[in-house]
Order: sequence, then structure tokens, then C-alpha cells
Amino acid sequence: MEQVGSQLNQPTVPLRAALSARRRFSRARVFSWIVVALIALAMAAVPQVTTRSDVLNLLFLIFLFIVLGQSWNILAGFAGQVSLGHAALFGLGALTTRTLWFGGVPFPLAFAASGLVPAVCASLIGIPTFRLRGAYFSIGTLAIAEVLRITIANTLPLVSFLPVDMLATYELAPRYYLALALALATMLATYLLFRSRYGLGILAIREDEDAAQATGVRALPHKLAALVISSFFAGLAGSTYAFYQVSYYPEAPFHAGWTFDALLITFVGGVGTLIGPVLGAIFYIFVRERLAVTLVSLHPLIFGILFILIVLIFPGGLVDIGTRLRRAWNTRRASHSESRSAGK
Amino acid sequence: MTLIIQNLVFGLFVGSIYGIAAVGLALVFGVMKMLNIAHGELLMIGGYVSFWLFHLAGVDPFLSLLISAPLLFGLGVVLHQVLYRHIARFETEQKIKNSMLVSFGLVLILQNLAQQMWTADERSIQTAYSGVGADVLGVALPYTRMANLGLALLVVIGLHLFLSRTYLGKAIRATADEWESAILVGVNIRQTFLITFGLSASLAAIAGALVVVGYGLSPSIGLAWTLKALVVVVLAGTGSVFGVVPAGLLLGLGEAVSGIIAGPAYREVFGLLIFVAILVVRPQGLFGRA
Repeated sequence: MEQVGSQLNQPTVPLRAALSARRRFSRARVFSWIVVALIALAMAAVPQVTTRSDVLNLLFLIFLFIVLGQSWNILAGFAGQVSLGHAALFGLGALTTRTLWFGGVPFPLAFAASGLVPAVCASLIGIPTFRLRGAYFSIGTLAIAEVLRITIANTLPLVSFLPVDMLATYELAPRYYLALALALATMLATYLLFRSRYGLGILAIREDEDAAQATGVRALPHKLAALVISSFFAGLAGSTYAFYQVSYYPEAPFHAGWTFDALLITFVGGVGTLIGPVLGAIFYIFVRERLAVTLVSLHPLIFGILFILIVLIFPGGLVDIGTRLRRAWNTRRASHSESRSAGK
Repeated sequence: MTLIIQNLVFGLFVGSIYGIAAVGLALVFGVMKMLNIAHGELLMIGGYVSFWLFHLAGVDPFLSLLISAPLLFGLGVVLHQVLYRHIARFETEQKIKNSMLVSFGLVLILQNLAQQMWTADERSIQTAYSGVGADVLGVALPYTRMANLGLALLVVIGLHLFLSRTYLGKAIRATADEWESAILVGVNIRQTFLITFGLSASLAAIAGALVVVGYGLSPSIGLAWTLKALVVVVLAGTGSVFGVVPAGLLLGLGEAVSGIIAGPAYREVFGLLIFVAILVVRPQGLFGRA
């Protein structure tokens, strides 16, 4: 018995190779952690260096859209459940914040509640809708979001303003730090989730639900976990928006445009990749702000065309284009050095 | 009591538009296995065609169908050739997902274009006979709305005759059932897809004309009508063209009932509840094949 156990503990050759490969990668991993830390520090230093509100607003929007895109990516990119109702979660977060915060609850509590309310609502709705597969799930989520928007527009038709006393003490820096911290937290949570065993189960369900079930990965809990985490961060993003935006119609955060933004950002960067939504958000905000200057109201048109082109021609997004370029570069270099050594 | 009946009757009238809007969507979904979320945008554009024909040339909105339906057929053909043709090569699940994503982008494009060209103002058509109608025991039955119901029935009968009596219609049904076998027996499925998409767009144009006569038209109405149509398609069950119009009437009625019970602000919620309930309890729809 003991022998068998020790035999099992003995790493087999491929496993040993994998372990050493992992060690080799770990240097790159340490390096990327250092880069991430440096970027985070640099971003945190920005409000100390400059008070230019245009810079802070631009970065704020990038952080907000990273969270929006990544939270959609968790559900659609990693778990494979293409939701078209993401705006509902964002809107619920914003609505919860404004209701509680203006009702006298301190903002940090309202912020936390804004993550929990969409998560709870989504899991309640998720249990019946996850019986739907593929397209029906997408239609279901789109329908739920749009009905929610119309109902909110009917019941809360008046613009939601920041009250005068809050407006008097309005400062951009706290909003900036909140968005930065939230973006970092979302990235970290996504990273940790998809390194974990549970995250692997979620990925398995994306690849083949029946096969995953057959190997003992229960579909519903894994899909629900992805939905709850996705809703939680989408809700917090909505809360950040409600904290930042001075006035808006209560239905505005429920608008399908937010879902589209999340889709576009994730597709531009790369669906189902960790870094994709970051690249997408940077690209989207810079291009949008640029277009807003020159082509005032045509930018939805341009982004619509861009989105269709990406879905049809580059479904892997920027990340995929990057790896393809790198691979092409590597093979070229390899063949180059080969021909040189052959020449010797 | 009269008020309740009046509400129910109007629910039935709006339900007939849901039916027409949904027939086009169901056709594309059933035959091409694609989900065109921009269907409501086609409806909106069809509505604008009728509106401008009435506004600039004084063409009666019901007569303008003779122009707007072929025009939208052409637009459908163009959209198919430019976009949807490229999705047709994917396998079924990818096809649905990609058509959904692409048409989601198209929603944004068409909505924005309409806003640029025709402003965001809400439009409607007031004909000479707009307010006129029959009166049965105190229940008003406006002629324009009765025409909705009549047109819906005409459309579904016409479509049924087309699908069952003509070669093209049979080819469409064969493609819907099994496109690989359809190719084997010599059906040109590219042409079938093209015509199906065009047909779906012209059906959207008919629905659009009814919307602009009886209700309001603005560039942003598309998504709401797509969703109604989707609810109706799910209610009827995919692959059931005949079931779509009764399902539309049922949704209209149901919304009217919930409007009476819970107040008009919550009438949209009803459609949603039916939608989720049907999908969970009977995913093949009320009139669908199991």
C-alpha cells in the first residue's frame, strides 16, 4: 500500500517537466506583477501631480469601463454565457446607491449594498434563465434588462440630482481613487478566480457543458458563481457611476448602450482574456473622446461598424492580433538564424 | 365594464402588430437559424418610409405599403449580402451567437443613422379617418386599428399560401427543416436565405406602417419592438409561423389585463413574466413542435 502511495507521489516525467516549466514562467510572472504594481502606483500618483480635470476624468472613465468590460467578460468570455442584459446590473447598482446614499446611508455602506443587490437579483433570475442555453439565455437577459429600463422610466421619470450640500463638497479625487481601486480589485478577482479550481470548472462549462457535467462539474452552481461575481462588480461599477455623475435620468444606466459598451470593450481587447478589457477600455475611451471632439454625434455609428468588423474578421481582438504578430516575428527570427547558421 | 372591454380590444389590436412583427423574426430564425436583433430597426425604418410618403407626397399609409415593403425587401437583401451572408458559414450555435452580436451592432448603427437623418422627434400619421370608427355597445373600434387585425390575418394567410403552394415557399420550408438535405435535392439555399431575409424585412415594413398610424415612431423604438417580437416567437415556439399571430394576440391581451390590474406603468413586466415562464415550463413554445 505504502509503495503505491509513494509511487503516486513520485512526479511522472511530464509532470516534472511541467513543474520546471512553471518555475521558468514564474520569473516572468514576478516581472509582470512588478509592472502591474508600478502602473497602479503611477495611476495612484496622478491626482497628486496634476489637478487637470480632463486627465482625471479620462482616466476615471477608463477605470470604470475596465470594470464594466471585465465584469461582462467574467460571465460571457470565461463562462461562455453571452448576456445581453449587462446594463441592468449596472443600473441596479446605480439605483441602489442613489436611493440609499440620498436616503442618509453613508456612502461606503451604500457602495457595498450596490454590489450585493444586483448579485442577489441576478442569482434569483439566474436560476430559471440558466435553464436556457445559448441564444435563449441572451434573449432572456436582453428582455429582462429592457423591461427593467422601461419600468424604471415609467416609475421614476424625474432627473436624479446630487443634493446641493453634496454638490458643494464635490471633489474629483475620491471618485478617481474609488474607480482605480475598483478596477484593480476586479482585475485581481478575475485573475484569482480563473487560476482556481472553481475557475477551471467554469472554463470547462464554456467549452462543453455536457462533457463538463459528465466529468463531474455541475453546470448550474458554476454558471451561477460566474453570474454572481459578474453582477457584483457590474453593480459596483454602477455605484461608482452614481457617485461620479452629477445628474442623470434614473433609467439612463439601464440603457442597452452600457451593455453594448461592455461588449465592444471586451471584443476589441479580446474575449475571454484577462488583459482584453483593459486594452479595450483604453482604446474605447481614447477613440470615443477623440471622436466626440470632431464627429460630435456619429461615434455610436462608428463603434457599431467597428464592432461588427471585429466580430466578423478579428473575433480574437487586440490580444489575438498581438500573439499572432509575436508568433510571426518569432518564426521569422527563427528561420532567419537558421539560414544564417546554415550559411556558416 | 365597458372600460375593461375597451382595454382588452385595444390589447388585441396592438397584439396583431406584435404578430406581424414576430412573423418576420420567426422566419429568419426558423429558416436561417439566425437571430436578427435589428428586426425592430427594420420596422422603424419601414415606419419612416410610410411616414415620409404620407408627409411629403400625401400617400395613404396603407397604400404606402406597396412601396415600403419592396423597398425594405431591397434593404434586407443588401444587409444580407453585406453582413449576414458571412455568418451563414458558421455552425448552428456559433451562427446564432454571431448573428446576435452583429445585429446588436447593427441596432446601434441604424438607430444612430435614423437619428441623424430624421431627428429624435416622435412622429405619427393623422389620416382623415384616424379617429373614426365603429361603436359597439359603447366600445370604440377605430377603423385603423381594425385594419391592423385584418392585415395581420391577411399576412399570415398570404404567408401560409406562399410557403405551402409555391416552389420558393416549399424551398424555404425545406431549408428550415434540414438545409443539408435541401441542398441535396437541388434547392439553392443561398437564394432561399436571401429571399427569406428580404421577406422578413418587408414584413417589418408592414408592421412599421401600422406602428406609425396607431402609435408613435421615433429612432429609438426598435429594441422595444424586437423584444415584443422575441417574446411572441418564444410564446409561439420556433418553427411555428402559424402560431405566431395567435401568440401575438395573446401577448397583447395579456398586457392589457396586467395594465388593468397593476397599472399601466407595469404592463411591460407582464410580457417578461410570460416569457420567462414559457421558457422554463415549455421551452418549445405553446404552438411549437416538441
